[in-house]
Amino acid sequence: MENELMINVEGLTFIYKGQESDLLALDHIDLKIRDGDHVVIIGHNGSGKSTLAKQMNALLLPTDGKVHVKGMDTRDDDSLWKIRQTAGMVFQNPDNQIVATIVEEDVAFGPENLGIDPTEIRKRVDQSLLAVDMAEYAQKAPHLLSGGQKQRIAIAGVIAMKPDCIIFDEPTAMLDPSGRKEVIRTMQKLNREEGITIVHITHFMEEAVDAGRVVVMEDGKIVMEGSPREIFSRVAELKKLGLDVPQMTELAQELKDEGIKIASNILTVEEMVSVLCQLKLKN
Amino acid sequence: MLKDITIGQHYPTGSVIHGLDPRTKIIGTFAFMAGLFLIKSFWAYIVVVVLLGSVILISRIPLKYVLKGLRPLMVLILVTFLINLFMTRGEIIFGVGPLNMTREGLRQGVFMAMRLIFLIVGTSLLTLTTSPITLTDGIEHLLNPFRKIGVPAHELAMMMTIALRFIPTLLEETDKIMKAQIARGADFESGNIMNRAKSLVPLLVPLFISSFRRADDLAMAMEARCYRGGENRTRLKALQWRKNDGLAFVVISGYFGLMILLRLTV
Repeated sequence: MENELMINVEGLTFIYKGQESDLLALDHIDLKIRDGDHVVIIGHNGSGKSTLAKQMNALLLPTDGKVHVKGMDTRDDDSLWKIRQTAGMVFQNPDNQIVATIVEEDVAFGPENLGIDPTEIRKRVDQSLLAVDMAEYAQKAPHLLSGGQKQRIAIAGVIAMKPDCIIFDEPTAMLDPSGRKEVIRTMQKLNREEGITIVHITHFMEEAVDAGRVVVMEDGKIVMEGSPREIFSRVAELKKLGLDVPQMTELAQELKDEGIKIASNILTVEEMVSVLCQLKLKN
Repeated sequence: MLKDITIGQHYPTGSVIHGLDPRTKIIGTFAFMAGLFLIKSFWAYIVVVVLLGSVILISRIPLKYVLKGLRPLMVLILVTFLINLFMTRGEIIFGVGPLNMTREGLRQGVFMAMRLIFLIVGTSLLTLTTSPITLTDGIEHLLNPFRKIGVPAHELAMMMTIALRFIPTLLEETDKIMKAQIARGADFESGNIMNRAKSLVPLLVPLFISSFRRADDLAMAMEARCYRGGENRTRLKALQWRKNDGLAFVVISGYFGLMILLRLTV
């Protein structure tokens, strides 16, 4: 069973050492992410979600507790590069993670670092650009692309390293709605078609709707965990944490409060439409 | 828009010269410059003109565009010419007050001016025919043998690549900060030089701070993608010597040989 776990976090505690005072960023976190999972981690600023993400590919190391990626301990120096190749990472700011002046050169950056043969790199670059629908931009300069396109280039750069898992650290926070959709669509495609494990950190509730599992963080602790439907039906608790619920869930809740018989765990517009139509037919 | 500026002054035409290996072009340029400093007689300049002329012709870059590179350095060339003209001792042909123009000075002045002009044209041909990335690649490869004595070849090349990558990003950001400051009543255009320089401070401070943040982010992103320096790194596009490079080396050696010969004989 141990092998099926992509990422295994056990009793993880992390303290940021400050000049004056130390900050407890993660407080005894336990989290298991299985191969092929699509997990969304939500929480507002300062909840520790980005810190947790950086623990998953050894950019930060535990103060206490353990993080295993595919059975490799992140504190083990010898498996450091293998871990980073296994668990790729896409960051928030699209401008600050592109290294090269030409799209395909940037996608090649990861494989080049791994010391892969040039002909194989070529193949991977072409495949990765196809996978994110950016093949026609191979020769373009990154600064001329839109935010969503830049993020997809960053994703291609990670895919080219053939990871088993990709960690997205608020990849849509700096994008406009259309860019956000592009990135989310790419993410889902990778999860469904390529079977890549996705860990998505975000503070947009709408993006959590399609996930397999949602983890809610607050003050360095995991406070809720479950399927999107379970989580979002707990509207009052989420509100107390200062988090939003998807618009449709909120609407359903309000309708329920008005005395209309409707389930409170509706997540998308489509669902709402079908539920409301059925309701109308009944009356 | 600031966004549309071209980096360096690469002028792509797809000619044979453009297609040469960057290493060939860098070595060629250095040989060309070394040759220029060997010149003692005007005869040798004919060889230089013929060589430069044919390179420009083959590269299909308009002559006007090549000569544009001289404009910012015109003052330097002129000053060099005048200093040589008046400061060289010899047979006086013309005198104004304490300044004496000499025959030797005239010769020396013309000589130095020509040398400078050819130097600038020669080096600008290198940047005109080579894209910044390939140029960086070439420099890295050429410096590689010196790694043993501590020349950080890969690091230098990586720094150049990143600098080139972030020039447009930072320009865009400058534009944004400038507009934000103007919207709040900042004035970048009036006043004397001192005032204008002072008004740049509120522009430069946020720009610096954000560059550091960017550098931090980029370093983390590079580490996440397994960057660990130049050791065992492969490249997507490996540099390759081709037949034309051999031909170019024949031409370069011919030129250099001729320069030495002219130095020794004429």
